[in-house]
Amino acid sequence: MPKIIVEIMPKQDLLDPQGKAVANALHRSGHPEIVNARIGKRIELHFDREITAADMANAEKLAASFLSNDVIEDVVKITKE
Amino acid sequence: MKIGVITYPGTLDDRDAQRAIRLAGGTPVPLWHADQDLKKVDAVVLPGGFSYGDYLRCGAIAAQAPATQEVVRLAKQGLPVLGICNGFQVLVESHLLPGGLIRNEHQHFICRDQKLRVENTSTAWTNLFEQDQEITIPLKNGEGGYIANPDTLKMLEAENRVVFRYLDVNPNGSMNDIAGLTNERGNVVGLMPHPEHAVEPGFGPDTDIAMRSGVDGLKFFQSVLKALVNS
Repeated sequence: MPKIIVEIMPKQDLLDPQGKAVANALHRSGHPEIVNARIGKRIELHFDREITAADMANAEKLAASFLSNDVIEDVVKITKE
Repeated sequence: MKIGVITYPGTLDDRDAQRAIRLAGGTPVPLWHADQDLKKVDAVVLPGGFSYGDYLRCGAIAAQAPATQEVVRLAKQGLPVLGICNGFQVLVESHLLPGGLIRNEHQHFICRDQKLRVENTSTAWTNLFEQDQEITIPLKNGEGGYIANPDTLKMLEAENRVVFRYLDVNPNGSMNDIAGLTNERGNVVGLMPHPEHAVEPGFGPDTDIAMRSGVDGLKFFQSVLKALVNS
């Protein structure tokens, strides 16, 4: 199934509590070499037809307006699969 | 005066908001998120809760609801709108108020009676307070940390749009101790604490006079009724 994948991460300078908790757990379980972990979102938009350039442009708009909030998050990647 | 209260899937405090409106002397009108028709109400309350289970981001999906879209349209024409807690998050996600709300700094859900200072008494929802009056109403949230970029913060402070500031303790890491905001026009107000839970003696926060006698929240709803009568 053709899909557009939107990847979103919390902004670098904002606290990422989930990532921090995971990093702490990794340290406790013997992985001091992993200095940090951060958790974002991967959103798949599924299509039942070929994805067009217009679909990609649309996905970019949706990613910026609804799927992410630019006060707290960055859209890091939009890809077609 | 008819004041609408929108119920989304996952809303918790719609009945409390309706009761607060009734106790203040208004007529509460239940509104449904999927219905664009706001039934000709004179003002709207977006209540607290966890609309859509906080999926995607708190308030993000509720901001897309037909009822919310109509609120956005009418708010720009001056309709008084109060967003409480999740309702504040909806106002931010629908861009009626700037900035964003993120998980509490200490990462715990917090539930306590919170002291606030009312710093702007010219809004539709605060006109019965004294300037810099200190009030206590309940606060209960997990994602109440207010953030905005430095330019936005500067603008909010310069334009006197910080309506409520946390006193004594900043419960969630909000920038500049911001508990609530208004828009340029003063008809839209959003805050994290819950005025609708401090409207009836016996059920509000403790005061120096008696346990659970705090009714500081009632003035929010009385203020909007006064603003509507005067408009």
